[in-house]
Amino acid sequence: MVYLTRKAEFAASHYYHNPELSQEENQRLFGKCNNPNGHGHNYVLEVTVKGEVDPRSGFVVDLKQLKETMNREVLDAMDHRFLNKEVPEFAKKIPTTENVAIAIWQRLAPKLTTARLHRVRVYENPDLFVDFYGDE
Amino acid sequence: MIVYLTRRYRFSASHRLHNEAMSETENRETYGKCNNPYGHGHNYFLEVTVSGPVNVTTGMVCNLIDLDGFVHREVLARFDVQNLNLLPEFAQEVPTTENLCSAIHDILKRGFSCAHLEKVRIEETMMNSFEIGSFMR
Repeated sequence: MVYLTRKAEFAASHYYHNPELSQEENQRLFGKCNNPNGHGHNYVLEVTVKGEVDPRSGFVVDLKQLKETMNREVLDAMDHRFLNKEVPEFAKKIPTTENVAIAIWQRLAPKLTTARLHRVRVYENPDLFVDFYGDE
Repeated sequence: MIVYLTRRYRFSASHRLHNEAMSETENRETYGKCNNPYGHGHNYFLEVTVSGPVNVTTGMVCNLIDLDGFVHREVLARFDVQNLNLLPEFAQEVPTTENLCSAIHDILKRGFSCAHLEKVRIEETMMNSFEIGSFMR
């Protein structure tokens, strides 16, 4: 089994707010991230797939296809977007890095055929990242 | 659904690797330059990984306000800009980064209850790092 990781970067804005909570509670839980005008990050995405090496191509996965899938399913939807307002997953869910990682997994997993998705890692900044391995 | 969250912190400290139970020669042979009696220092990077289900109210595994607060209060305030050899944690132990990693893992394991502690990882320099905890495949 070989694991292959491809990186991508996207810039997006978001804010944290739960409409079921009071303004004070939102402020206490989310602090500065609760500003409704949003703020942004340069997110770095690492997608790790796993599989056997194909004896003919020597590949676990065709990198061009993986890149195209990541572009189509994730970057086209999230790059230079306001996550709360423009990405359907976050109409009801708060776009924390945790939920962004889960959403990216759910977008990619059904589209990958030759290799299986192993891990989605999302860096919100160099000092904070989230890993998701799917349903365990 | 379990999600893993990793937060990175930095701190600076000095240390000297020296074991009183060894002879001068043995200390020098074992620890080399790190045995210099005056000590030396590092800019350490600390990574703390916690895990858990995503809380539906907050969208979070663990509120960073809680994790940062705990790490600043219980770890960084204790070790940042200190001589590790003079701290009670290293009264009996050589302050190698293995032992430092273990001391920080103990502090988090004992005191941090907002999420499950998975791993503590410390980079002593860009070239070496140490980790204690589970290895996520």
